[in-house]
Amino acid sequence: MTNLINQTAAALAGLLADGSVSSVDVTRAHLDHIDAVDPDVHAFLHVARDAALATAARVDARRAAGEKLGPLAGVPIAIKDVLATHDMPTTSGSKILEGWIPPYDATVVRRIRAADLIPLGKTNMDEFAMGSSTEHSAYGPTHNPWDLDRIPGGSGGGSAAAVAAFEAPLALGSDTGGSIRQPAAVTGSVGVKPTYGGVSRYGAIALASSLDQVGPVTRTVLDAALLHDVIGGHDPLDSTSLTDAWPSMAAAAQAGLKDGALTGVRIGVIKELNGAGFQAGVKQRFEETLALLSAAGAIVSEVSAPNFEYAVSAYYLILPAEASSNLARFDSVRFGIRVNPEDGPLTSERVMAATRDAGFGDEVKRRIILGTYALSAGYYDAYYGSAQKVRTLIQRDFTAAFDKVDLLVSPTAPTTAFKFGEKMDDPMAMYLNDITTIPANLAGIPGMSLPMGLAPEDGLPVGLQVMAPARADARLYTFGAAVEQLLEAHWGHTLLSRAPALANTEMFATEGGAV
Amino acid sequence: MAKAELMDYDKALELFEPVLGFEVHVELNTKTKMFCGCANEFGSGANTNTCPTCLGLPGGLPQVNRQAIESSIRLGLALGCEIAETSRFARKNYFYPDTAKNFQTSQYDEPIAFNGQLTIELESGRQVTVDIERAHMEDDAGKLTHMGGAAGRIQGADYSLVDYNRGGVPLVEIVTQMIEGAEADAPEIGKTYVAAIREIVKALGVSNARMEEGNVRCDANVSLRPRGSNILGTRTETKNVNSLRSVERAVRYEIQRQAALLTAGGTITQETRHWHEDTGVTSAGRPKSDADDYRYFPEPDLVPVAPSRAWVEELRATLPEPPAARRKRLQADWGFVNLEFQDVVNSDLLDVMEATIAAGAPAQAARKWWTGEIARLANAAGVTAESLVTPAQVAALIALITDGTLTDRLARQVLEGVIAGEGTPSEVVASRGLAVVSDDGPLIAAIDEALASQPDVLAKIRDGKVQAAGAVIGAVMKAMRGQADAARVRELVLERAGSAPVEQAPAEPAE
Repeated sequence: MTNLINQTAAALAGLLADGSVSSVDVTRAHLDHIDAVDPDVHAFLHVARDAALATAARVDARRAAGEKLGPLAGVPIAIKDVLATHDMPTTSGSKILEGWIPPYDATVVRRIRAADLIPLGKTNMDEFAMGSSTEHSAYGPTHNPWDLDRIPGGSGGGSAAAVAAFEAPLALGSDTGGSIRQPAAVTGSVGVKPTYGGVSRYGAIALASSLDQVGPVTRTVLDAALLHDVIGGHDPLDSTSLTDAWPSMAAAAQAGLKDGALTGVRIGVIKELNGAGFQAGVKQRFEETLALLSAAGAIVSEVSAPNFEYAVSAYYLILPAEASSNLARFDSVRFGIRVNPEDGPLTSERVMAATRDAGFGDEVKRRIILGTYALSAGYYDAYYGSAQKVRTLIQRDFTAAFDKVDLLVSPTAPTTAFKFGEKMDDPMAMYLNDITTIPANLAGIPGMSLPMGLAPEDGLPVGLQVMAPARADARLYTFGAAVEQLLEAHWGHTLLSRAPALANTEMFATEGGAV
Repeated sequence: MAKAELMDYDKALELFEPVLGFEVHVELNTKTKMFCGCANEFGSGANTNTCPTCLGLPGGLPQVNRQAIESSIRLGLALGCEIAETSRFARKNYFYPDTAKNFQTSQYDEPIAFNGQLTIELESGRQVTVDIERAHMEDDAGKLTHMGGAAGRIQGADYSLVDYNRGGVPLVEIVTQMIEGAEADAPEIGKTYVAAIREIVKALGVSNARMEEGNVRCDANVSLRPRGSNILGTRTETKNVNSLRSVERAVRYEIQRQAALLTAGGTITQETRHWHEDTGVTSAGRPKSDADDYRYFPEPDLVPVAPSRAWVEELRATLPEPPAARRKRLQADWGFVNLEFQDVVNSDLLDVMEATIAAGAPAQAARKWWTGEIARLANAAGVTAESLVTPAQVAALIALITDGTLTDRLARQVLEGVIAGEGTPSEVVASRGLAVVSDDGPLIAAIDEALASQPDVLAKIRDGKVQAAGAVIGAVMKAMRGQADAARVRELVLERAGSAPVEQAPAEPAE
């Protein structure tokens, strides 16, 4: 029997469509693999085994009855715990929501169910998506499948690790400052942050409303495109949702596989995202990728984005400000845990305070305090106001750059996966890890991370970030698919096929090493 | 509530100049809430009109109600405001259990409407123009019910229940500029201004405008400036004053309270105050300083509202006649003196009066019935006059009086029948057999009998003491069981008295 867990979603869809395999088989194979490896990886906070198998059986029955199903029908998917699901706990990685089951589904969850994908469970994340390592999850960290002593990135480390460890072919993530792209980079997977407004945020527990965007987490560019087509498009429940008619991202990805797809494509290398602080192996793989691109006919040039140096500072004012307000609703009155103060009267104010004290982790408290301060009378103009101005300047930098080039590239993260605990005591170092990914969120433009090799010094994955103008998500998929094909042809294999085996599976070569 | 020291009102005015400001919240009567699809309905079961958005559940997001924007623009235009080309929502952050998101979605520096004016007329005829600073949109909070304590107050309560049905209902908050020069009219200005707002929103149809249901709520700001000083005094903000009379009383009370306090060497605390309807006093709420920090910032979940100029002009064309102008026109048309007209206005009967008169009733007769018998019945039943009968029914009733079919007394019985649902006035007349007896035959017989049995009265009438006829008229009406027109009876009594036989006098030949 075909190994069902190392297939791409596109390949599984083909096998399901032609009846070679059933969704129940595919789903069970993934659930069994989760049972085998997740004790080590801890990508999942909740696994819905029975519901997944029941859903898969229903999809199989409908297919058997001759019903016409969508392209990804019967394919399993993991859901980041930031998304509301009416049949699974939704905690956003926080103690304060422990055991909470929402009375509704997020729009993207509704859409994957309507497209007959099979939800496997909910994936781990930094609490309220605040972090770059999942070390801030209230339920313990997720481990990088490449090296269990290292972080899988964050906040969406659970979704990235789930696909990288072959626990799911697809996952949903959310990206506020890099939470899809950076985990993709450090786990050797693919992640896309769509154009702001391209995918509905309804039912995504808000971190920073003006930056958050839901997107696909996968192992290939085509799979990401297929999933994007399912979840994207206008949603009247999200006022910031764009009303554009979007082209098929899957068709765009397939266009990238054609000969000459890279010929004449103008690629801009952002000078400010390729300098000091970048690991040597990351820089090396980036330079090699640029050389391959040039050889394939792309026109590579350097562009400058002078205001990017203020991006992290602006981001860490805007994000905490919005988060401090978004997280105010966690007060024990209507949902979530309730903690009474140890002594003194039980007023609503004191119960709220005791609950928030017990329910929020340190990083969440840190950012709420920062944001509350940044919005305070007398400081608003200096902090939040100035940060919004920087945001405008960064948008102008992008506009100017996209006047000259079609796409912008950089390493997705300055380093490969770091070890647990390495940056936990140094919030600034943790924050600076997102220097490459934050500008796209500030400008609302789409960004993708795809593997570009292993760093020679540590044998860990390095990601290439690609950014396109707002609404040009299709361009990302065409280019991404072309680069992926180019690199895999160069390596002679996929990057993830070099990942070490986990548990007792014998599917992959165990020797890592540079490629 | 301990009564504060109050200064005599006239004395207070001698020493101080009152400075006012009002914030009036108008609850819009849109079908759905401001930011979600839940029903905007008063009186549903607790927490039944709720969803993830208005419950502030994780992941909930707002969507703007177009009808609420339209109503807000029309209200802004009716207040003479400019309508912003682009206007934004902002979050007003504060923790309170009735506010599901723990922020109110309001407007801050970019309100939908600003720079308006409203001219009101006081009973003395004095006209006062109130400058409107802004009218902005926001969502209402839920409703807390405090259990186990005294009189539903939070102090001493064991626990509180919260109903989020009202949470997210659209509000427009109308904020005035500082009102100076009010002088002794200050309380009346407050009452008249709020009445004018209520009248406008009612005429626009954008709110149910029922103050008793909280559709229109007033916060009254009062400060006193010592005569001869140009420095403003510290203000207090009396919250949620929910009837016109209370606005007047609360303003007057605050003037007297603050004057007494200031004169005694005390200082006014900048604070919110609660109005107590039962005792007619205000009490301290929470301190409020200009530095109250709500950490406003633009609502990132909503895009700016940018009403096109064409739409604004389209909405301007739908504005009804301004209520003040309409009142002037109607009073002139109807020929009412001020007292008569005020009676109609104060009883909130303008619309039904207009419809009744349009249905053919004379203005005075319509006024007499609506402000008299119908108002009395409505008051006794604890309902509004217009809920009892329709203007068409009242007009038909009046027509039956005018044509002599009914006396006033019979008409009251017919009205009862109409209210009881027995049909139109004509149908009730027929079914209850209430028409005035118009054949003089039985009437004359009854009159002759009454005159014969009261010879002394007859003699008096003959002597020219016409008022003595009353006794006979009463007896006749009684004999006729009310089914006679009193005026006709009187006429006939006088006529018959002139020709009736008188016992003491020599008999005259019958004619």
